[in-house]
Formats: sequence, C-alpha cells, structure tokens
Amino acid sequence: VNERLKEQAQTLLRRLEAWNGKPLTFMEVCGTHTVSAARSGLHASLPRHIKLISGPGCPVCVTHVGYIDHAIALAGHQGITIATFGDLMRVPGSSRANESPSSLVQAQAKGADIRVVYSAMEALKMAEKTKPKEVVFLSVGFETTTPTIASTILLAAAQNIENLSVLTANKTIINALKLLGTSTENRIDGFLCPGHVSVIIGADAYRELPEQNAIACAIAGFEPIEMLRAIVALTEQIADQQPAVVNCYEGAVRAEGNPRARELMNRVFESCDSEWRGLGRIPESGLKLRRQYRRFDAAYRFDVSIPDPEEPVGCRCGEVLRGLITPQQCSLFGKGCTPEAPRGACMVSSEGSCAAHYHYAGNRSRRL
Amino acid sequence: MCLAIPMRVTEIEGNLGHVESAGIKMTIALDLVDDVRPGDFVIVHAGFAITRLSAEEAEENLAFLQRLSETESP
Repeated sequence: VNERLKEQAQTLLRRLEAWNGKPLTFMEVCGTHTVSAARSGLHASLPRHIKLISGPGCPVCVTHVGYIDHAIALAGHQGITIATFGDLMRVPGSSRANESPSSLVQAQAKGADIRVVYSAMEALKMAEKTKPKEVVFLSVGFETTTPTIASTILLAAAQNIENLSVLTANKTIINALKLLGTSTENRIDGFLCPGHVSVIIGADAYRELPEQNAIACAIAGFEPIEMLRAIVALTEQIADQQPAVVNCYEGAVRAEGNPRARELMNRVFESCDSEWRGLGRIPESGLKLRRQYRRFDAAYRFDVSIPDPEEPVGCRCGEVLRGLITPQQCSLFGKGCTPEAPRGACMVSSEGSCAAHYHYAGNRSRRL
Repeated sequence: MCLAIPMRVTEIEGNLGHVESAGIKMTIALDLVDDVRPGDFVIVHAGFAITRLSAEEAEENLAFLQRLSETESP
C-alpha cells in the first residue's frame, strides 16, 4: 500500500475516532466488500465504537435449500443438461440420510450432466449446439446479474431456441435491506451499499431507507480505502442527524443507475415474493419470469418431485447472514464446516462471510 | 458473484465488444450499455458490459484487483 493511501486512511480513521456518540453498527451487503474487508484487516482498524458486519450480500449464500433440491431433481431428469455458475456447485441442499446427492457436485459425480458456465449467454450457445437436448440454466443473482439473463432470454426468444430454460431464484436487494434495517434483533445504523448492484439500480433506489426509516446509506467501491470513505460518510450522516444516500462510487454509479439494463430486466422478469436462506420469505424481494416468457421457465416446463427442504443440522448461516453472530461464533466453523467440506452456504462461496473469515483468519488483527 | 472487472474496449462489432485487461482478451455483449466506443472502459460482469467507467475509476479498480491476485487467493 503506498504512502499516500496510508495517509488518507489515517485521516479517515481519525475522523471516525472523533465520533463520541452511541456505538454504531454498519452492515455491508456485498460479497466483494466482505472479502475486501476480511483481507485488508478493515474490521480491526475501525475504532471500538464503530462496527462493520456482513449481511446477505452473496447471492449464492442466500439461495434457499429448496432451490438447490429443485436443481438436483432437474439434474436427475433424463436428457437435461444443467448449466450453472461455478459458485453454486457445492452449495448444500437438503441433507438426507439416504444416498441421494445433496449438492450439484455430488449429483455430477453420480453421472448427472452439469456444466459450469461463466455467463447465461454460454448456456444459450450450449443449447444451440446440443439441440434438441434440454439445457436448464440456474438463474441466480442480484440486479447485477439478472439483466444479463434477461438479455439472454430475449435473444433465445428472437432466435426461437426452444431447448433452453431457466430455474429462477433471482433476488432484489431493497426489501431485504428494509427488513434488516427495521428489525429489532439487530440495530443497524447504516448500510454500506453494494457497488455493482448500484450500477444497475442507481443511488436513488435506496432513498426510501433514509427517508422512511432514517437509515444512513453510502454506496462504496471495493478498495478498503473506498469502504473506509463510505464508513466516514455514514458516520457523518448520523452525526448531522441527516440520513441520506451518499454515493462514494461515483465513477461507476449514477443516481438513475442503468435504465437500459433495468428496462430489459423488467421486460422479462416481474417482482415476486422470495425465499432467502436465513431470512425466510420476504415480500417482493425476488424476480420471476413474466407470463409471456413462461416457456423458458424450467419449473413450469419440467414436472419433477421435490421433497420438503431440510436445513443442514447445526448450521447457523441464517444468523451469520442477518449479522447476529460472527462466523467464529458458529460451533461448526473450521471444525464440521470448512471450505473443503462445507456444511453451510456461507462457507461454500468464496465471497461468503464464513469462507472470508476462514481464509483471512490471520488478517483479523491486522490493520490498514 | 457480483464481481465485475473494468476492461478496455478495443473493437466493436454490432452488439459485441472485444475487450482486454492485463493481457486477458474477451468478447462481451454490449446490449446493456449505450454509446460505447473503442478506447472506453466498461465494467464487465458475466459476459456483459454493465456500465461505462471513467478512466480514473478504472485504474483504481484494476490496481485493487491486481493486489487481490498478488496475495493468497481464497
């Protein structure tokens, strides 16, 4: 880290030290922030009375057990190829006593045709190539990712590609933030808003949080110094008693976001209630395909039976995702649950809180 | 999963853009962005440009990713 940055960090930290009001808790909701903070030692650098916790910012970690079960059931269906982002491969579904696979990687080992892709577009190309074999793309992600999937479906519709479908569990962030922000179990004074989700939804999308719920918001870039700037912006909003949305990632995020990406997303998807791992069912927090695109909906197209979902025993991912406990407070952490043999979703994804804490345990006492 | 990387556009063909960063070359879809020209920086996520980026922001972001990859990767 160069000297100029170090100096800037010291100045910002002094401004935080100057805060003499009540203890503050800020929550970041972005996997890249989770990793950046854990890696750099940001937590240990903050003054005692300012705490940064991780929330449900990793779309893989919040994907519900029942969704993984559904994907595994589809993978077992004859003639279906599953195309998925790699992050989902090892996420545990229901743990069952019998021999049935409880993750996609286990299903693959038992012969299911599951391929890792980098984008939805790759799944479309795969469908074109392997026609008439059915390709099901696992459609997960926040607003950063969903427009890329919408765009792919529009192309598939335009090209009359009939053997591509998607299994949706797409999430939208605002109502989850509202739920966490107004929850009585964990008082959150401000949100460090996710950089790339904000590229799409825009800074204005967060306005109801300060305006209706008096929660401070600051959109942050991914450098530790950028996160620190956003934390100072949050603290100053509270000091001035003027909660607002401050955009600290101005080069990429505009007030109106990316209207074109949202228009494509809204053409294909519509809002629905959604099941979040650890948070339960949140009204209007997900996206499903609109009726006219139902032929691309794998849940509608393939009739598979899915047993009732069962959460992994002893796993406290839910409390980790709500910021109620740190990963280390879970008794499975590092013992029954490691990145090599994960029990909970937060240990699977490299951007999950548990995995970040596990990998960078040595950095916990380090300072910026 | 929302990791996205700034890359420089070298060439445009219809709605596809050829982009590069630190020796890595890719072809991405430009459906989600307006008015991109060769020389611009875009943020690339899952095969798509999701926005244009100011050159200054792109540099800062790339330096950060560079440092991430220099230390042990998770």
